[in-house]
Amino acid sequence: MSAVIELKDVHKSFGQVEVLKGVSLAVERGEAIAVIGRSGSGKSTALRCVNRLETIQSGEINVCGHPVHDPKLDVRKLRLDVGIVFQSYNLFPHLTVEENIMLAPVTVKKLRKAEARALAAQALARVGLAEKAQSYPEQLSGGQQQRVAIARSLAMQPQVMLFDEVTSALDPELTGEVLRVMEDLAKGGMTMLVVTHEMGFARKVADRIVYMHQGRVWEVGDGSMLANPQTPELRAFMAHDL
Amino acid sequence: MKYKFDFGALAEYWPQFVDGALLTLEMTVLSTVSGLVVGTLVAIGRRSENKLLSRLCGAYVETVRNTPFLIQLFFIYFGLASAGLRLPVVVASVIAMVFNVAAYTAEIVRAGMDATPRGQLEAADSLGMSLPQIYWHIILRPALERVYPALTGQYILMMLSTSVTSQISAEELTGIANNIQSNTFRSFETFIVVAGIYLLLTLILKAGFWGLGLALFTRRRRLGTSL
Amino acid sequence: MLAQPFTLAHVGYMLNGVLWTLALSALAFVFGGIAGFGVMLLRISRFRAVRIASLVVVQIVQGIPLLVILFAVYFGLGIFGFQVAPIIAAGVAMMIYSAAFLAEIWRGCVEAVPRTQFEAAECLALTRWEALRKVILPQAFRLAIPPTVGFMVQVVKSTSLASVVGFVELTRAAQIINNSTFQSFLVFGIAGAFYFAICWPLSAWSRTLERKLHVGRH
Ligand SMILES: Nc1ncnc2c1ncn2[C@@H]1O[C@H](COP(=O)(O)OP(=O)(O)OP(=O)(O)O)[C@@H](O)[C@H]1O
Ligand SMILES: [Mg+2]
Repeated sequence: MSAVIELKDVHKSFGQVEVLKGVSLAVERGEAIAVIGRSGSGKSTALRCVNRLETIQSGEINVCGHPVHDPKLDVRKLRLDVGIVFQSYNLFPHLTVEENIMLAPVTVKKLRKAEARALAAQALARVGLAEKAQSYPEQLSGGQQQRVAIARSLAMQPQVMLFDEVTSALDPELTGEVLRVMEDLAKGGMTMLVVTHEMGFARKVADRIVYMHQGRVWEVGDGSMLANPQTPELRAFMAHDL
Repeated sequence: MKYKFDFGALAEYWPQFVDGALLTLEMTVLSTVSGLVVGTLVAIGRRSENKLLSRLCGAYVETVRNTPFLIQLFFIYFGLASAGLRLPVVVASVIAMVFNVAAYTAEIVRAGMDATPRGQLEAADSLGMSLPQIYWHIILRPALERVYPALTGQYILMMLSTSVTSQISAEELTGIANNIQSNTFRSFETFIVVAGIYLLLTLILKAGFWGLGLALFTRRRRLGTSL
Repeated sequence: MLAQPFTLAHVGYMLNGVLWTLALSALAFVFGGIAGFGVMLLRISRFRAVRIASLVVVQIVQGIPLLVILFAVYFGLGIFGFQVAPIIAAGVAMMIYSAAFLAEIWRGCVEAVPRTQFEAAECLALTRWEALRKVILPQAFRLAIPPTVGFMVQVVKSTSLASVVGFVELTRAAQIINNSTFQSFLVFGIAGAFYFAICWPLSAWSRTLERKLHVGRH
C-alpha cells in the first residue's frame, strides 16, 4: 500500500525562524491521523504545507500523486483532491448554506445547478443539517457552521481531508456534534489528517497519533502512546494537558 | 503627431513658478491654521447642548459639504463686491478656503471627539476637573490625535483646491500657469510643469505633516500605535 | 454697463445648466467607475510590480488638482490638432480623477474582506479570479456602497470646474447670468441651492447606508 500523503524531511521557515525542522510522515489511504503538540510546535504550518497554503524551503511533499514541493505544481488540481477545514469555519457569509456548498462544484467542476444541489443535500445530510440548507451562516451556531464547513469540503469529494483545530473555537457542548461527524468520516474510510487538542478524540478515533514538538515529529504511535509516552516531552505535554 | 514639445520656452519663467508655488503654500498654511481653529470651534458648537447653536453649526457644515468650493468662492468674492466690498483676491480666496475647510475639519474633529470613551469622562468628572479642562485634556487633544491622518489628508486636498482660486485671478500656481501659457502658447507643457510642482508640494506637505505628527504626538510615537 | 434685472428666465437657464451638471456627473461616474474598477484590480494584483506601478499612478493623479488635470487634458488633446469639445475634455479629466479615487475606495473595501475568505475559496479549488468574483467582490460590494454614494457628491461638486473650459453647466450658467445682472449673492446663492438639492440627498443616503451596514455587522 502506498502513502496518500507523504512528507520527507520538510523544512519551512518564516523569515529567520525555522518552524518545521525536517518533518517526515506517511499517511496511508483510509488512515485517520491525529496531530497533537504544544502551541507553536508547527502543527498548523505542517498542515498548511500539505495543501500548499505555504510553500516549503526544502524536502518533499507528495499528496495523492501531486508533487506539492514542485513550484510548477498545478495547485488547483491538488486542491481538488484535498479538502481542508479551519478553526474559524470561513463560510461565505453572503451565501446560504446550500450556496456555500454548491459554489465550488458549480464553479470548478462545472456541475449543473440541479446536480450540485443534490450533492449539497447529500453532504448536509451526512453532517446532520439537511434542514438548514436555506439558512445563512450567521443564523447558525458555531457547531452547525463548522459542520457546514465540513459538508462544503465533502461536496468536492476529496480523497484527503485536513482539519486544523476545528473544535477549538466551539463551546464544549457544541464540540461533540462536530467530533461525531469526523468520527463518522473516519469510519467511512476517509483519509484524514487532524490537528487537535481533543485527546479523547485522538485516542478513540485516530489510527495513529503524531506528537509534534519544536518543528519535528517527536513521537508516533497508536492510542496507547498517550498512556505511556516514550519521551519526556510528550510526558510533560500530557501532564499539562490533564 | 507633428507636435514638438518645447519646455525650453518655459525656462525663463521659473521665478514666476516659484512665486506661484510660494503663494499656494502661504494660502494653504494660513487656511490650515485658521480652518483648524474655526473647525474645532464649530465641532464643539455642534456637540453643544444648546439646540440652536448645534443646529446652526450642523447647517453650516452640511451647506459647505454639499456645494462646490468654486460656488462658495464666487459667492463670497463677487457677492461682497456687489455689496460694495472689493476684497483683494488673495484675501477673498483665503476667506473662502477657511469657510470651506473649517466645515470638513468640524466633521472630522467631531467624529474624533465622539469616540471619547465614556469612562474617561466620568473619571475626569470625579477628579473634579473643570469643563474646559475636561474638554482640552480628555476630549480634544486625544480627538485631534485620533483624527490626525484624516485631518491632514483633508488639508492636502485643500492645498490642491487652492488652484480653484485662479478663477478669481489669484496668482497662485494655477493662476501663474494661466498667465504663462497665454504668453508662451506652450499650454500643455505649462500644465505638465505645474502638475509636477503640485505633486512636489503634495509630497512636501505629506512629509511635513508626518514630521509634525511625530513631534506633536510623542505618546503615539513611543507606542508605535494609532490610538 | 447696465445691469439687467434677474428674472425667471435666468432660473430656467440655470436649470438647463443643472441638466448638464447631471449629465457630466453621470458620464464621469460611469466611465470613472469602469476605469476605477480596472485600476482597483491592478492595485490588488498578485504581481508586486503591477501593484506598485498602479499605486504610483493613483498617487500622482491624487497629488494634482483636478483643475490642472482638466487644463492638461484640454490643452493636451488640443495638440493632437483637433479642437476638443469642452464636454469631452471635462469628461476625460473627471474620469481620470474619479477612477483614481474610486479605485482606492474600492481597494479598501476589497481588503476589508478577511483574507481567510480568499483562502477558503482557494482551498475549494477556485481560481483567483473565480474567488474574487464569487466570494470577495460580492462581500466588498456591500461595504463599497456607502462610500461610493458619498463619492458621487464629490463628483457632482467637481463638475463645477468644467466651467473653466467653457462648458455651460450650472456654475458656468450662473457666471454668465452674474455677468449681466451683477446680483452675485442671489445668482450664486441659487446655484448653490441647486447643488445642495442634488448633493444633500446623496450625502444623507450615504450616511443611512453606512448606519445600516454597521447595524448589519453588529
Ligand atoms: N505566517 C507566519 N509568519 C510568521 N510566523 C508564523 C506564521 N505562521 C506561523 N508562524 C510561526 O510558526 C510557529 C508555528 O506556528 P503554527 O501555527 O504552525 O503552530 P501550531 O502548532 O499550529 O500552534 P497552535 O496550537 O497555537 O495553533 C509559531 O511560532 C508561529 O508564530
Ligand atoms: Mg495551529
